[in-house]
Amino acid sequence: MLSDLNPDLVLALPELFLVVAAMGLLMVGVFQKEAATGGILITAVLAIAVALLLVPTGLEERATAFGGLYVSDSFSAFMKLLVLLGTALTLIMAHAYNEREGFARFEYPVLVLFATVGMLMMLSANDLLSLYMGLELQSLSLYVVAAIRRDSLRSTEAGLKYIVLGALASGMLLYGASMIYGFTGTTNFDSLAAHLIDAGETGPSTGVVVGIVFLMAGLAFKISAVPFHMWTPDVYEGAPTPVTAFFSVAPKIAAIGLLLRVLLGPFGELVLQWQQIIIAVSIASMVLGALAALNQTNIKRLMAYSSIGHVGYALVGLAAGTETGVRGVLIYMAIYLFMNVGTFCCILAMRQKGRMTEEISDLAGLAKTNPALALAFAIFMFSMAGIPPLAGFFGKLYVFLAAVEAELYTLAIIGVLASVVGAYYYLRIVRVMYFEEAMEGFDRSIGREVVVILGGTAAVVLLFFAYPAPLLNGAAVAAAVLFAG
Amino acid sequence: MILQALAFYAFAAVAVASGVMVIAARNPVHSVLFLILAFFNTAGLFVLLGAEFLAMILVVVYVGAIAVLFLFVVMMLNINFVELRQGFLHYLPIGGLIGLVLLAELVLVGGTWAFGPEVRGAMPTPPIGERTNTEAIGDLLYTQYIYLFQAAGIILLVAMVGAIVLTLRVRPGVRKQRPGDQIGRKREEAVAIRKVTPGGGI
Repeated sequence: MLSDLNPDLVLALPELFLVVAAMGLLMVGVFQKEAATGGILITAVLAIAVALLLVPTGLEERATAFGGLYVSDSFSAFMKLLVLLGTALTLIMAHAYNEREGFARFEYPVLVLFATVGMLMMLSANDLLSLYMGLELQSLSLYVVAAIRRDSLRSTEAGLKYIVLGALASGMLLYGASMIYGFTGTTNFDSLAAHLIDAGETGPSTGVVVGIVFLMAGLAFKISAVPFHMWTPDVYEGAPTPVTAFFSVAPKIAAIGLLLRVLLGPFGELVLQWQQIIIAVSIASMVLGALAALNQTNIKRLMAYSSIGHVGYALVGLAAGTETGVRGVLIYMAIYLFMNVGTFCCILAMRQKGRMTEEISDLAGLAKTNPALALAFAIFMFSMAGIPPLAGFFGKLYVFLAAVEAELYTLAIIGVLASVVGAYYYLRIVRVMYFEEAMEGFDRSIGREVVVILGGTAAVVLLFFAYPAPLLNGAAVAAAVLFAG
Repeated sequence: MILQALAFYAFAAVAVASGVMVIAARNPVHSVLFLILAFFNTAGLFVLLGAEFLAMILVVVYVGAIAVLFLFVVMMLNINFVELRQGFLHYLPIGGLIGLVLLAELVLVGGTWAFGPEVRGAMPTPPIGERTNTEAIGDLLYTQYIYLFQAAGIILLVAMVGAIVLTLRVRPGVRKQRPGDQIGRKREEAVAIRKVTPGGGI
């Protein structure tokens, strides 16, 4: 039956399915009101699971659809799997949270589904126009989701900050896109690449370079890389915890994927022009991520700076501009997904007398009051610090190896140093949990779903070194696509 | 030809002048009205360019919807604009600096664009004259760009859902008019006949 459909539609099946599912759930929600919230959330998770199955894996070659606006290849498939997995896990986490906090809004899963569609569109973008449309669909849903606890001052503040700065970033991105269009006469990635190869000896015109800089500034905002990171700590702290977990995983992976595709696809010829910017942004992110997190007392703010640092490490691989570098970025993002989801599960479990707590000092003595949770938390912290043999070590290893291969020694050395400094605050959490006097313990009931996710991600992080082949091979295949042309 | 040039300069001059008035007028309502005037003149410029569809859309969408929305916001929110202007002189140096930088960039970019020979060839020119604007835009929008068109629709849907999520409050105890119930009322439910004894009351 699928073969009867228009081939364009078959390629875009995951997106189409999710859009239809989101609109259907929206209708159910409107008529059933708050009573259906739990059911809608579970159905949304199922819809994402179906979309996971619909993502075409094992593609031999890249295929374009809708007149070259949409592309589907192993790279997009790999990134889409990560994004869908991250969204599904964080949605399940939200289920437990919503029930406990008495927070019933059926719009939440619907908006998350729309945001996911936007992310899939970003990853399949083959044109500046579809890039912008996907990005805007994702961002607009996220602005609303950040402020969804509208009676909480912090949540609305987070949403407001996010939308103002996000609109500024979108403006810069559009300005860059219009420059690129004005100076090359096309928005299609393939034609752009051809045009820039033609320019060859004379080099690209100034306008194109200015356009790329603005485009990168807009995208750097979305991945919260320094110097466009200012919104991150406030938004992470203000948004409800499951929303923060979602923010720190899926949109970041999608934006990194988009950045990889844009810089290595159409602008692959201009490595020399963008490489220095990426190196500067990467160093700034790593250093700020390490230093600013040192004296944070709120765990969510700490995670915000931690995610800024992680983006810096991922960009090291991109700065290398080689196939091994991209493979490193993909591996890094996959491992980052598991580490972050796991850590946020732990943060969700931080509850005393039925209320969420977010202070690091509340973790004191967790090893005595709840040894299993403390162990899991410690595993994630060690992994984020990059201590072997945990997964986080391998993520860093591959990007730094790629940087050394590309002879970016300074970048690699600064990266390792930042990672040593960063290790301090991760290990501080472990120290608080294991070597400080026990405080009042956390509530026992953290929800069965959260326990399952926590156990699963901890197992992945802990045992990654035993069987890394699937991830390494998948990342290698996905990275190769970007360098095929 | 002369007539066309005259019309161009008339429209352009009024558009620029009303643009200046938008930021110079003291009364915010006047600002919005000048904005509407600027839109009308820009629509005139579009007509001169032969883009009649864009001209009409500009009037319908910008004047009909957006400017009127602005007007409502200005009139209903009661923002104290005099207070907003207080810091104007204070921020003038840095604002002027940013303005100068942007101007320099524009000149730089416009210069390379106007004088760069390789750029000229890259400009796509759609065949005008064979078909009307409306047809041409429709043809592209619903075939080649259907993916983006649908995506834009979803974005607008999200915007609407977002606005409702963040602002709609269901208040208890609000009296609502239900026409069905009103029409369905029977005489027995609404009227009761009582015998009133003289001097007794009910």
